[in-house]
Amino acid sequence: MPFIPHTEDDVREMLATIGAASLDELFDEIPQSLRIQGLDGIPTGLSEMEVGRLMSERARLDGRPLSFLGAGAYEHHIPSAVWAITTRGEFYSAYTPYQAEASQGTLQLIYEYQTMISSLTGMEVSNASLYDGGSAVAEAALMAVRAHRKSKSLRVIIPSTVNPNYRRVALSTAGNQGLRFETVPYLRESGCLDLSALESFANQDIAALVIQQPNFFGQLEDVDALTDWAHANGMLVIAVVNPTSLALLKPPGLWGAKGADICVGEGQPLGVPLSSGGPYFGFMTTRMEYVRSMPGRIVGRTVDLDGKHGYTLTLQAREQHIRRGKATSNICTNQGLLMTAATIYMTLLGPQGLERVAEASMQRTAELVQALTAIKGVRSAFAGPRFHEAVVQLDRPAAAVLAELEQGGILGGVDLANDYPELGSALLVSATETKTCEDIERYARSMSLALQAVRAA
Amino acid sequence: MNQILEKSIFEYSRPGRAAHAQQPPASADQSVLQQIPAGLRRNERPLLPEVSELDAVRHFTRLSQLNFSIDTNFYPLGSCTMKYNPKACNQYAMLPEFLGRHPLAPESQGQGFLSCMFELQEMLKEVTGMKAVSLNPMAGAHGEFAGVAMIRAYHRARGDLARNEIIVPEAAHGTNPATATMCGCVVKEIPVDAQGDVDLEALAKAVGPNTAGIMLTNPSTLGVFERKIEQVAKLVHDAGGLLYYDGANLNAILGKVRPGDMGFDVIHMNLHKTFSTPHGGGGPGAGAVGVSARLEPFLPVPIVGREGERYRWLSEADRPQSIGRLSAFMGNAGVLLRAYIYMRMLGREGMSRVGEYATLNANYVMARLRAAGFDLGYPERRASHEFIITMKRQAKELNVTAMDIAKRLLDYGFHAPTTYFPLLVPECLLIEPTETESRETLDAFVEAMVAILGEAETDAARLKGAPYTMPVRRLDDVRAAKQLDLTWKPVNSTA
Repeated sequence: MPFIPHTEDDVREMLATIGAASLDELFDEIPQSLRIQGLDGIPTGLSEMEVGRLMSERARLDGRPLSFLGAGAYEHHIPSAVWAITTRGEFYSAYTPYQAEASQGTLQLIYEYQTMISSLTGMEVSNASLYDGGSAVAEAALMAVRAHRKSKSLRVIIPSTVNPNYRRVALSTAGNQGLRFETVPYLRESGCLDLSALESFANQDIAALVIQQPNFFGQLEDVDALTDWAHANGMLVIAVVNPTSLALLKPPGLWGAKGADICVGEGQPLGVPLSSGGPYFGFMTTRMEYVRSMPGRIVGRTVDLDGKHGYTLTLQAREQHIRRGKATSNICTNQGLLMTAATIYMTLLGPQGLERVAEASMQRTAELVQALTAIKGVRSAFAGPRFHEAVVQLDRPAAAVLAELEQGGILGGVDLANDYPELGSALLVSATETKTCEDIERYARSMSLALQAVRAA
Repeated sequence: MNQILEKSIFEYSRPGRAAHAQQPPASADQSVLQQIPAGLRRNERPLLPEVSELDAVRHFTRLSQLNFSIDTNFYPLGSCTMKYNPKACNQYAMLPEFLGRHPLAPESQGQGFLSCMFELQEMLKEVTGMKAVSLNPMAGAHGEFAGVAMIRAYHRARGDLARNEIIVPEAAHGTNPATATMCGCVVKEIPVDAQGDVDLEALAKAVGPNTAGIMLTNPSTLGVFERKIEQVAKLVHDAGGLLYYDGANLNAILGKVRPGDMGFDVIHMNLHKTFSTPHGGGGPGAGAVGVSARLEPFLPVPIVGREGERYRWLSEADRPQSIGRLSAFMGNAGVLLRAYIYMRMLGREGMSRVGEYATLNANYVMARLRAAGFDLGYPERRASHEFIITMKRQAKELNVTAMDIAKRLLDYGFHAPTTYFPLLVPECLLIEPTETESRETLDAFVEAMVAILGEAETDAARLKGAPYTMPVRRLDDVRAAKQLDLTWKPVNSTA
């Protein structure tokens, strides 16, 4: 019996202790009419050897293409130590640290994480993680509506430069509580938020403005002006940021005169593998004045009976297991193990290492854009500064070009046709420190051939 | 257990030290960086540690050693199903092709992954008796959200706009009422009777034209099977409401009875409980949802579909009535792979035994503790995969609380059971051994409980001061909440 240790003697003696004649008798309170006789639709069990072979075959089908995809999930080098430690049973198989005395390792690690991510984002406090970047944006919108002392409105501005999937998650999640999301177009020249279009919302009762930096296109927004505009119009500012970029870019806590109010983002770039989209983790930091409006677990340092320092979950009166229907969120299980990996990642990279990763990624993307736009039929969609992602426009349909590239083992970018049809044939491309000059040359050569092939077809 | 406290990682930090092997080389050409306008640049480095790789490895390994975990300790944690997490599930979910696959990679570069997800959907349908499954939600509470959102969408699609009340028994998990609120619903709590079953009279009074649905856990959080489930289903359905199954306790009935056959319209499954994916010190989980035919159009996207021999994503275009997207991509894919591997290893025979042996272990520990003088929450009932003991008598006679017992258990090397939940049983301990524990472990736990009861009678103060062998003793939670210390600061800092 896989993972069940009982011998026949055990079963007999345990049933005798209980006073039951058979295992079946233990279910005698369940109406007979509801009982099932077996699970015929499930395959028979496999040994570990057999399942290992099956999974290796399945994995081979997925291949290992050369990828230039980003759009919210980025390939970075992950130090070996990160997952060697993260998958230690003491972290991997531990429960939520409710019994603080038996969970000091996890609790201290969360406290160290809170310190690192707060500093990286330039904010005062952090929670212990949310599900992912998309759900963090949704929770931030709900939190802004809660925390805003003067606004009666349930309206939040999410511009079209914010990751379209984050906008979808925000709507699916917060729409049920009556939140309304307003959109704002971007400038075709720069791919950045159109400040003059924002003016139509001036002096209206709106709870918050969401600003993504770098934005979905990889372009850098004028965050100071946007933050000051939002504050001048009585809105809170929700910053959505890429954590790697913050090694180089101004942290949200310093945006404009007063800084952003809530900062969220996708934590995946910090040591979490791409893994088909999850598990990742969402991070959230804020000002101390809003800490009681924040969803999710928070760890604090305190003392024990002997006056010795220790760590414990705190401010739990915000949470569902205490406050039930009046909690700040229904979140319970979060993404603790991924936050663990990120903490080890940030430690191993340090301030200089993270800076080098950000610089190299920015450099590689600049080289990629240069190599691609040197090809006839490829042009850069937007002018102005960007981080490690860019939009290129093609003179042939993106889908056909991507299919050609894929034949050569290259994932050439994310087709923007569905979300931004006004851009025509457009690809969102990204290169991080994992790409070499040879990789970029190979992509450019293939792109040139792919365009020729599509033209000829 | 290691009692030496580990200092903060920031105290190891020395300016100029680094794990050099992890850094890309410095770029010779800084011209690209100059493109960042001065006003958008970071001027001061973040507070990240500057340590060697060995410093980091030692620090985090030592931190891990301050934890209890399933790999090191028995966790009889009620309603949490802390069973063994097979190592194979981790190893094979972490094959490089799976880890390296970008979420937006084309379907042609993911047929292996997608086939696993499709088969997982099919297996979950089979074990729950539901018509369709979406794997998207990333935790139990997230699955609850999806479920209640679907119930709302269903009523709305029928033009039945008044239905915004969710009925919840008083023993429910806190996430149930919190979820109803997240979905813009109003919560109505109903009592349970002395035997732990839903009070049918109260339910009959609670249902009506505003009822969106009821959220039930079965077996309930009281550790007993809801015997009147068929009457409950009829009452709610007749009133026009739907039934939501909270799958927190699915492990108790796996292979024995299915929520779909009980009349539930929508369920969530905690894959990190029943299907043995790790708890990870707080997550990630996975809260797949299953539905009956009438709710299928509303399932969250994406879902994996099959056309001939090919697998593909079903998205908003395929499911126009979907409640939408709950994650940026497709939920906790790596967790789902672990659950898939676990289910393939157990197979149909293994899965039928899960409920049986989980129930055997719970009833065995219950019988032994009862014989040793502990008071049961529901002495007339069978245990499901968990049961409640109440320390109400000891609290009164000996001034020893459930929390004292829980903390003292840590000194005996056992993680505490769930304490003070469900709220309606005073001084309770909710005990769930799971099927992966041996009889010897269960016996050792019972002996520890008996020894602690003995201490309670002779030396109650000993319990009040427990634990003694952990890295710290009981912590000052009031101070933690009043004098908030949420981030490390350098000693000479004035911040």
